[in-house]
Amino acid sequence: MSSQTSISTEQVAHLANLARMTLTDDELTRYADQLDHILHAVARVGEVAADEVPAMSHPQPMVNVWREDVVTPGLSAEDVLAGAPAAEDERFRVPRILDGE
Amino acid sequence: MTTTDTTLTFDDAIAAYDPLLGFEVHVELSTNSKMFCGCPTEFGAAPNTQVCPTCVGLPGSMPVVNRTAVESTIKIGLALNCEIASWCRFARKNYFYPDMPKDYQISQYDEPLCSDGYLDVDVVDADGNHQNVRVEIERVHMEEDTGKLLHTGGDTGRIHGADYSLVDYNRAGVPLIEIVTKPVPGTGALAPEVGRAYVQALREVVKSLGVSDVRMEQGSLRCDANISLMPKGSPVWGTRTETKNVNSFRSVERALRSEIIRQSNVLSSGGTVVQETRHFQETTGDTTSGRVKSDAEDYRYFPEPDLIPIAPEKQWVDELRAGLPEAPGLRIARLQQEWDLSDFDMQSVVNAGALELVVATIEAGADHSAARKWWLGELTRIANSQGTSLAELAITPAQVARLAELVDSGTLNDKLARKVIEGVLAGEGEPDAVIESRGLAVVSDDGPLLAAIDEAVAANPDVVGRITGGKPQAAGVIVGAVMKATRGQADAGRVRELLFEKLGVTPE
Repeated sequence: MSSQTSISTEQVAHLANLARMTLTDDELTRYADQLDHILHAVARVGEVAADEVPAMSHPQPMVNVWREDVVTPGLSAEDVLAGAPAAEDERFRVPRILDGE
Repeated sequence: MTTTDTTLTFDDAIAAYDPLLGFEVHVELSTNSKMFCGCPTEFGAAPNTQVCPTCVGLPGSMPVVNRTAVESTIKIGLALNCEIASWCRFARKNYFYPDMPKDYQISQYDEPLCSDGYLDVDVVDADGNHQNVRVEIERVHMEEDTGKLLHTGGDTGRIHGADYSLVDYNRAGVPLIEIVTKPVPGTGALAPEVGRAYVQALREVVKSLGVSDVRMEQGSLRCDANISLMPKGSPVWGTRTETKNVNSFRSVERALRSEIIRQSNVLSSGGTVVQETRHFQETTGDTTSGRVKSDAEDYRYFPEPDLIPIAPEKQWVDELRAGLPEAPGLRIARLQQEWDLSDFDMQSVVNAGALELVVATIEAGADHSAARKWWLGELTRIANSQGTSLAELAITPAQVARLAELVDSGTLNDKLARKVIEGVLAGEGEPDAVIESRGLAVVSDDGPLLAAIDEAVAANPDVVGRITGGKPQAAGVIVGAVMKATRGQADAGRVRELLFEKLGVTPE
C-alpha cells in the first residue's frame, strides 16, 4: 500500500452524493483536506504491515459462529411501529420515493 | 415514452443479431427462521408481526448466521456443480431505499459461498429435436430479502406518482440466495426458450433439494433476465438490459422475445440500447423502461464487520454432497426409460404435475401404466373441473394404488372405480370403506345376474328372437339392461356369457 494517499474534492462530492448529503464548496474543500489527513494516518499502517500479514476484516481469528434454525419471539407490530415517525395500516409510512413524473 | 417503429420481426432480429443471455435468479429459502435472527418466515402474516430489533435494524442489535441457510446454500451450489468456498465473508451493500431498514443489505460480494458451476438444460427446437444447452453458473451467494413496499396515492399503486409508501418488514431478513449465470452465448432463435427452460430446470433442482418452495407466484423464486444483442458474428458484446419481475416461466420467454424485438429495432434504426432496468408487463407482454443504471449506483461494498467468516468444513460439504438427491433431469430420463414411455408421454406426466404422484403410486404397489392412467385421466379431469392441481386433490397415491389393485383383481370395473374416487374425494374414507358403504363392488355372484337376465329377457322378447335367430350382436341390448338393473356393478363379459348360456346360443 502506498503512503501517498490523497482524496480529491470530486471524490468527496461523489461520496456526499451517495450519502445524500448536501455540501457547499467550502465544506467539500475542508472535508477533502481532513479526510486526506485521516487516510494518510491509516496508510502508515501499511508501512509496518509486511507482506506476510494478511488484510483482515475482523480482529478475532474465528469462523462459523451461527445459530440453529429456531424461531424466537420478536416484537409486536405495535412495539415495532412505536418509534416510527409515521405509520398507517400497521406499516411504516415513508415519504414519496421518486419525485415527479 | 417514445416508441420505436417496429419494423423488424423476431425472425428478422435473429437473422441480423446474436443474443447474449444472462440470468439472476433469487430464491427464498424455506427455513423456519430468518437469515440473521430468529423471526419466523411464514408467507402472508399480518404486516410487521414477524420482526425483531435485528431485522428492522435497531441500534445495538447484532446479526447471527442461520446455519441451516448456509447448509441449504451449499446444497444448491453442489446441485449446480459449483465449487464451495473453504472460506468466505458477508459484505454490506449500501443503498438508500426504504425496503431495507438498515440502509444496507447484508449480502456477499467478491467471496460468494459457491462459484463456477453449470446446469444442463434440455430445450426443444422448432423441429421437435432436443438440444442440450449448458448454462454456466458464475456464483451462488447468500443475502437477506428486503421488506415489501405498498405505494399509496397516484392511480395504479405504482411507485411513479405515488404520494407515499407503506412498508412491511416481515420479509426483510428472510434468507435469500442469488444464483447468477455467466453470459450464455449462441442460443440464437432459441434464446427465449432457453430462458424459460433454464428457470424451469433451476426450479426443479432447488425443489428436489427441499430447501425452498420455489413458488414464482408468491415471489419465492424471482428471475431477472439480462439480454443484449450483437451484430451476427461480432466479437463485441452489445449493451444489455435487465428485465425484472418476470413472474412465470412463460413470462421469461415472452420478456426475452419482446426485448430481442425491441433492441433489434433500436439498433437497426441507428440508435443505441440504454443500459437500464426494465419491467415486464404481464398484460401486454412488453417491457417498459425502469431505472437507468448510472454510476450513482455505487454500493460501497465492504466486509460486514458484525459477522465473522463462514468456513464450511470439507467433511460437512462431502456429507451434503453424498446426500444430494438424484438430479431432476437425470431422474426423469431414468424413469422414462424404466416406464418405456415416448418423449411425448413422459412430458405429459411432467406437465400435468403428476410425476411425484405417479412415482409414489408405483411405490405404493401399482404398476406404472395404471398409476399414469388414473392420475392423467380421471383425476386430471376432476382437478381441471375444480380448478385445482392434482397434488391438492384429497386422494393419496396409496389410495390410487389400492384402487388400481381392486380394478386389477376384478373387484371394480373402471366405472365403479370412478365412483370410488368420487367417494374418496368426498371424504368418505379409504377406497375399501367407500366400496362397502356405497355397495360398489362388481357383482360376481351369478345369482343376482341371472335374475336380472331373466327380467331383461322377459321384457325384450323381440331382441331375444333376433339373438336366437342368428344375430348375437343384438345381445348388447340385454346386457345393457342388466347393467342398468345392477347399477353398473355387473361384469359385462360375464352377463354376456350367462345370457348365451341361457339362450343356448354360441356366438360367432
